[in-house]
Amino acid sequence: MYILKLLLRNAFRHKLRTALTILSITIAILAFGLLRTFIGSWYAGVKASSANRLVTRNAISLIFSLPISYKDKIRQIDGVKEISYGNWFAGVYKDEKNFFANYAIEARNYMKLYPEFIVPPDQKEMFLRDRKGCVAGRKLIEQYHWRIGDIIALKSAVYPGTWEFVLRGIYHGRDESTDERVFFFHWDYLNEWLRKTAPRRADQVGWYIVEVADPNRAAEVAQAIDKTFKNSLAETLTETEKAFFLSFISMADAIIVAIQLVSFVVIVIIVAVAANTMAMTARERIGEYAIFKTLGFRGWRIAGMIVGESLLITMIGCLIGIAFTPPAAKEFSKLVGTYFPTFRVEIETIYMDLGAAVLVGLSAAIIPIWRALKIRIADGLRRIG
Amino acid sequence: MPGLPISYSFRNLWTRRLTTVLTASGMALVVFVFAAILMLSEGLRKTLVETGSYENVVVIRRGSTSEVMSGVTRLQASIVETQPEAAIGEDGQTLLAKELVVLIALPKRDTNALSNVVIRGIGASSLALRPQVKLVEGRMPKSGLSEIVAGRSIAERFKGGGIGETLRFAMRDWRVVGIFDAGNTGFNSEIWGDADQLMQAFRRTVYSSVIFKLRDPSEFETVKQRIDSDPRLTLDVKRENRYYAEQSERMARFLRILGTALTIIFSLGAVIGAMITMYSAVATRTGEIGTMRALGFKKISILGAFIVEALFLGLIGGCFGLFLASFLQLFTISTLNFQTFSELAFSFTLTPGIVWKGLGFSLIMGFVGGVLPAVRASRMNIVESLRAV
Repeated sequence: MYILKLLLRNAFRHKLRTALTILSITIAILAFGLLRTFIGSWYAGVKASSANRLVTRNAISLIFSLPISYKDKIRQIDGVKEISYGNWFAGVYKDEKNFFANYAIEARNYMKLYPEFIVPPDQKEMFLRDRKGCVAGRKLIEQYHWRIGDIIALKSAVYPGTWEFVLRGIYHGRDESTDERVFFFHWDYLNEWLRKTAPRRADQVGWYIVEVADPNRAAEVAQAIDKTFKNSLAETLTETEKAFFLSFISMADAIIVAIQLVSFVVIVIIVAVAANTMAMTARERIGEYAIFKTLGFRGWRIAGMIVGESLLITMIGCLIGIAFTPPAAKEFSKLVGTYFPTFRVEIETIYMDLGAAVLVGLSAAIIPIWRALKIRIADGLRRIG
Repeated sequence: MPGLPISYSFRNLWTRRLTTVLTASGMALVVFVFAAILMLSEGLRKTLVETGSYENVVVIRRGSTSEVMSGVTRLQASIVETQPEAAIGEDGQTLLAKELVVLIALPKRDTNALSNVVIRGIGASSLALRPQVKLVEGRMPKSGLSEIVAGRSIAERFKGGGIGETLRFAMRDWRVVGIFDAGNTGFNSEIWGDADQLMQAFRRTVYSSVIFKLRDPSEFETVKQRIDSDPRLTLDVKRENRYYAEQSERMARFLRILGTALTIIFSLGAVIGAMITMYSAVATRTGEIGTMRALGFKKISILGAFIVEALFLGLIGGCFGLFLASFLQLFTISTLNFQTFSELAFSFTLTPGIVWKGLGFSLIMGFVGGVLPAVRASRMNIVESLRAV
């Protein structure tokens, strides 16, 4: 206890300097935490993916569709339990800024396949009965102040025109990682319109979601599906949902790597600041260290005092930073929430914060310790200020 | 009495080398990040500016945001072809190309990861419409054959993209017969082939876009109005440079928000670092300051000396940061453009403007960090500070 008191007294001998150091560590930890959370939010889709869902899409690329006739062929494949399908609608609500995912889906099975989207039974019934109906996530509803029964108009970049939907249901996420910013409606509504106006584009789906009975056989089932459509006009590429999301992220990996690098740069910056503070402290106290040595204290004791003080300062800064990370993340997600559906501080981030702080505290103490140990008693005592 | 010589401030930094290096390197990293983000935005901007031409017009389906989503029927394309504003080439043909743009997923050479690549079906005038695109190896594809030419960035980074290699898609093998270099433009990440062959292979009946050169760039409004008011044409008319700028607006905004947020947060940390250094510089030199004041130096000279010292500190950091950042020019970033879902490659670009901004920024950081300690130094009481020795 008394050693902690000594460290505290030492640390706050220069109140202003220590306060400034703590402040800069707080800022750095906050920045580090936010950047990590930001990276984590890219992987939100991966986290939310289920092991027993496969995604089948056109092998050429996502912009090519698959015929609806594949549905029954896929369902016949051994190991397939349930199947649903959808189209990327690319709808825009009022303005390009209001970006959220919106799909035309085959509703009945889709809702079975995604048990993490929880819709109250009465709303679900209403949605299934209304061909123009749609369901939106809780966060979307809150953002745009929609209510059940509202008519929502979306402009699509893929399917010309303005489309009207009636809000029939609101879903809540079962898990924290569930995306609550999705908007979906009946595929039939889209398809009927296409049959009338653009028959060549009708009866096409963007992707199939396939539920496998046994997740351990997912790879085998995926291969069986792709084999079925080999050398056809629309070859398929089937992956687990997780691999599907990962393939998206890997396309943008340059940006993720850059952000990761930057998050380490901030730690290096803070090492420089903290090391500077500790170097100054040690310089001022060289005389004291010499006295300690004269009194018979060993080098490791002095080293311990310096490390302890350094760790104490960084830890205080770190804890304040961690305390402020969740509210800051909340504010940040209001700014960029339209692009990143879940923006949540994970427990790993906090561990990394702590780890970074320890690292900063230790590396900041290296030079002062080296100096304190190197100094000869007579030289140390001779020095003033 | 004259002010304190500048060498006084500089020597002070030299005397306490370790502290100076630590503080300056903190600032150097901030300037590095600041410059890196500016260079990235500049690279993106440059790529886009050079991709589109002010004289060219892109026609896509109304409401669609990119060529990939667009569809222009043959009838509509023929109507656009008859617009009198289109320029006539040397061979007497209109400088107009009806193009097909689709995305295909190709594996990268190094990681084997799939990435979306734009494949463009071109017409006879496509190359003439884009003078920035130059064939550097091989030849252009012959119409009627399953041949393609690849952009340099595709040839280097994607499997099967090199000359003489074949790519398989749409149930056919396509031979790469040429490599083109499109400088800094987005075309470098594209593959070009004969539009009719590709439409056949992909079972497409409609073009994606029509591109033509204006005979007089000022006639854009005229042609836009005519196409907009034609009930047969549900098409959007855009200048090519504007079209490409819109393509990555979201990307540019993303970089801007991220960059500003990072720079502000990081610079706060570095400014505090400078402040700590300067405060301690003032504190350890109390006696010295008292002596100088006693000698007759004015408060303002003391203030100036410490601010100059802080500015020096910032400048050292700034120069070092920019030195580091200049190496980034060797790198090219290739990433997914969220708006078009295709690959976009651009490189860090250092311009004199960025150098000045970086240096200015480092001086500001030095100044902000140094001003409070300098004020404290200048306000010291002569007698008390002399006693501190």
